[in-house]
Amino acid sequence: MFSNPLIYFVVIPVIMLLGIYLCRNMAQIRAVAVTGSLALLALSVWLLVDYLGLRAAGADAPMLYRGDWTWFSALNIQLSVGVDGISIAMLLLSSIILLTGSFASWKINPLPKEFFLWLILLSIGVFGFFISIDLFTMFMFYEVALIPMYLLIGIWGTGRKEYSAMKLTLMLMGGSAFLMLSIIGIYYNGVPEGVERTFNLLQIAQYDAIPHDWQCFLFPMAFVGFGVLGAMFPFHTWSPDGHACAPTAVSMLHAGVLMKLGGYGCFRVAIYLMPYAANELAWIFLILTGISVVYGAFSACVQTDLKYINAYSSVSHCGLVLFAILMLNTTAMTGAIMQMLSHGLMTALFFALIGMIYGRTHTRDIREMGGLMKIMPFLAVCYMIAGFASLGLPGLSGFVAEMTIFVGSFENTNTLNRVFTIIACCSIVITAVYILRVVGKLLLGPVYDKHHEELTDATWWERTSTVTLILCVAAIGCFPNFFANLIRTTFSPEIFKVLGM
Amino acid sequence: MEPTIPILILCLPLLGFLVLGLLGPKMSHKAAGWYGILSMGATMVLAYITACTYFFSGAPEFIEGGVRLQHVVFNQDWLNFYKELTIRIGFLLDPISALLLVVITTISFCVHLYSLGYMEGEKGFQRYYAFLQLFSFSMLGLVVATNIFQMYIFWELVGASSYLLIGFYYQRPSAVSASKKAFIVTRFADLGFLIGILILSYFTGTFNFTDFTGTVLANGSSVNDLVTPLNVVASFGGATFMGCSLLTWALVLIFMGGMGKSAMLPLHIWLPDAMEGPTPVSALIHAATMVVAGVYLVARLFPLYLMEEAALTFITVVGAITAFYAAVVACTQIDIKRVLAFSTISQIAFMMVSLGVARPEIHEGLGYMASMFHLFTHAMFKALLFLGAGALIHAVHSNDYTAMGGLRKYMPVTHITFLIGCLAIAGIPPFSGFFSKDEILSACYENSFVWGAWMSMVAGLTAFYMFRLYYLIFWWDEPDYGHHKPHDAPWMMSLPLIFLALVSCCCGFLHFGKFVTWNGEPYDIHINWTGVAIPSIIIAVLAIALATVMYRKKNDLPAKFAKASCGLWTAAHNRFYWDEIYLFITHKIIFNGICRPIAWFDRHIIDGTMDGLAWCAQRLSVTIRPLQSGNVHSYVYVYLFGALLLGGVTAAVVLL
Repeated sequence: MFSNPLIYFVVIPVIMLLGIYLCRNMAQIRAVAVTGSLALLALSVWLLVDYLGLRAAGADAPMLYRGDWTWFSALNIQLSVGVDGISIAMLLLSSIILLTGSFASWKINPLPKEFFLWLILLSIGVFGFFISIDLFTMFMFYEVALIPMYLLIGIWGTGRKEYSAMKLTLMLMGGSAFLMLSIIGIYYNGVPEGVERTFNLLQIAQYDAIPHDWQCFLFPMAFVGFGVLGAMFPFHTWSPDGHACAPTAVSMLHAGVLMKLGGYGCFRVAIYLMPYAANELAWIFLILTGISVVYGAFSACVQTDLKYINAYSSVSHCGLVLFAILMLNTTAMTGAIMQMLSHGLMTALFFALIGMIYGRTHTRDIREMGGLMKIMPFLAVCYMIAGFASLGLPGLSGFVAEMTIFVGSFENTNTLNRVFTIIACCSIVITAVYILRVVGKLLLGPVYDKHHEELTDATWWERTSTVTLILCVAAIGCFPNFFANLIRTTFSPEIFKVLGM
Repeated sequence: MEPTIPILILCLPLLGFLVLGLLGPKMSHKAAGWYGILSMGATMVLAYITACTYFFSGAPEFIEGGVRLQHVVFNQDWLNFYKELTIRIGFLLDPISALLLVVITTISFCVHLYSLGYMEGEKGFQRYYAFLQLFSFSMLGLVVATNIFQMYIFWELVGASSYLLIGFYYQRPSAVSASKKAFIVTRFADLGFLIGILILSYFTGTFNFTDFTGTVLANGSSVNDLVTPLNVVASFGGATFMGCSLLTWALVLIFMGGMGKSAMLPLHIWLPDAMEGPTPVSALIHAATMVVAGVYLVARLFPLYLMEEAALTFITVVGAITAFYAAVVACTQIDIKRVLAFSTISQIAFMMVSLGVARPEIHEGLGYMASMFHLFTHAMFKALLFLGAGALIHAVHSNDYTAMGGLRKYMPVTHITFLIGCLAIAGIPPFSGFFSKDEILSACYENSFVWGAWMSMVAGLTAFYMFRLYYLIFWWDEPDYGHHKPHDAPWMMSLPLIFLALVSCCCGFLHFGKFVTWNGEPYDIHINWTGVAIPSIIIAVLAIALATVMYRKKNDLPAKFAKASCGLWTAAHNRFYWDEIYLFITHKIIFNGICRPIAWFDRHIIDGTMDGLAWCAQRLSVTIRPLQSGNVHSYVYVYLFGALLLGGVTAAVVLL
């Protein structure tokens, strides 16, 4: 079992948990958190390099580094692991955000030890989710990632934290209920007669045995189940409240990684296993996600709380992820995954910066701030770069992801798809409006509050955190073909064969 | 051609941006300024070498049988979508890109040098130079684009760097809102551009200019050498949408992107406000380079536009209306930079009209050549005028002509160079503007008398408002300048002025048609003296004479005129209320009519439903809670009742 490198994505966080449990002061906690996340980052980078090597050497299995260990034989539940380019991209994203999140919570107060314990427990769920290919264990890790959120927001949050924590958890749990149903449905219908039932994604996809009407019943449930986490309209309202109340690192991890679980799950479970239903019912969700894209952007235009603005912008950007997945063609899906990466990084950057600004000014209301560029130029410049990434400036990640999505979506000849693609394109203008509104109000112009003039610029750990994220955003933006190829090679041709594309 | 020099042309400014952006705060003003100037100077030399090689070397890759070819120097894959649809970053050398390379680097270098004096001691001096370098990089990348998506990429970068430069004085609220406006308006236009690209690329399966226009094929680097404009039309297969062919839609949408950047009506509103930026920036971006991007875009896709008469007519109409509108408004502005801004809009519209009326069957594409010629001459004399305006503003510390007057005595260099600029734009021979404007007017007249007459009228207005400005600044009445009399600017500011003035004097004699034509074949320029040139000179002289009468000495003629115009003057002074209309649309309709209701809907209806569900669950649990009272007595009754009920039901089922 321990000869498989993937298992260490779960083992390292477990060791970190133990380490933090034994820590006695803040310095030790930081040391453990940073060392552990660096180890995870190193592991994911190594995995990326090794994976590309294997692919170059001609490994053509859909998933590499496969391993299965029986957990509960009566129901044939296994701990099955395996990764393809998409999962590796997601693992890389998660470890980067965990690292920068640790830096961003350098001075967390109160109960630093408990905070990190829960944060790392959450990351176990995230990493576990991305490496598993067994539906049951996948679901288990999914739940592991959701529950700590309740405590992290409820205890370390700000504002109406109990309400938001409760709302977020209940809504996501509601999604899980649908998901659970759909997973059980897949389990019972996923194999042909006389074959042992399985939760294994690859096997189910290979059998392609889910009857058509079952697909049409299960697909919406699976899509909505994951879609709730992907902030799909109209199940997105946990996102603004939840993000607004969560502490910095939690917002970063949640918007940066956890919301990606939604998109990833929609692709990996809903569409991969039930392509017929996806093809037939995509239009319903296309409308919903298309609405998400513009609706989120319009809502963001009038918010006054920085975190609300960013949360609604996440609704818009994550809507674009689901929108592109539903286009059911390689280009758009590649774009969707790139958008997941891009949004993960840039929204983490946004939340990190908002946390840092809030830590200094003690307000997140843009009406009470102004001219921060003069006071804290470093943070302000970073915020501006994040803003430019968000509104799709070439050279940063947002542009390549959005353009891949738009070009890919336009490849669909269906009129409905075309119309919604054009509607989604409109979001680039609205995004520019709300980003520049914030930048103009918050960073530029005269200093609003004279008390702010004594504030200091970023500390070294804040600089580490933001610079890392900016470098990643720029890397995707400048060398998109590397990431696009990494993702594209994994779209197993068989699902498109099924769809006749 | 070896790719080293072209790569350096793109990399030097980018490197300059990174160095000045990252290390700038550690540099002294002088070091940063000179680094920027040298970097731009080197780029300029390299661009000259490239352009000269292209035009004069006569190598078979550039010219074949007297026809200039498009040559792809390098073309690197950047992002692959599907099949042949790939974004590449490359370097395309053809007559117009070589021309623009020269124009951009020259103006940019002049502005770099000029800024050393103009921006002296400004806070954020290094940042300013970093942004100038970024802008030059984006603009150079735009003109050498080998495919329409590369153009879009740099198009966006140009927009962003222009945002940064307009908002350079970021503590001034007016600068912040002007930069925001510029970005959003051009972004809106880019939406059209993007959709146009999507349509065009979907049907043709390619982004490459060489495939669209199909004249290149020198080194075989084009992917699919069978696609020509005719094939592009064929690939659309006669698809139509709302009565127009889809290709027309695509081209009009792409032109919309150009309307945004080139400030055509109704997307012109950002340009006058963009004058909030430092004046050299206005000279660089809002006179000579960025605003001609729209013209360049149309010129780039010109063979495609030729396939769709409707799109060209649309361009002509938009251009003609804009030219007239901007010229009228320019007659009434007080801020000298705004006069120049509106004059820019009007002149860019001239170029657009010229492209719009160009038809190879009528006059061998004269309009295209004239448009590019005017782009070249206009870049020089408009940069000259802006830099001159900068020197004036530097001297009197105000943008309004009301604070100026009689300056010819104090600032002789600025006076002479500004006068040359005015004569050039008014179209007086032998200054450069005369030659290019004459070609444009010829092209208009040959297309139809209506366009010719209309544009002649606008040309007359041009001469009038430029000389109005000239007289109000340099003659008129002298205000009280106090102890510090205005004086000419230091040499770094005067040198570019003199240089550009010299260029404006002579570049009209260039045999432009030998270098730049729509299909690469040389075109012989001949001036139609009797038909077009003499009448337009007469019109210009009359307009100047009128301006002389009205503005040379202080008198109350202008005030009387304004009063007698029954509101026209006020309306023009307020730019015909376009800004108010936009303010109404954005604030009242979009902000209050869409965004707020959506935000309200989200908070109260969608979120309310979720809260309502939670409330229902809670009510339900409160309602049924008494059942679990812990009171054994009541449990027994319920038990008894249930048992009886079950018994009864069983009995009923069994017996019946």
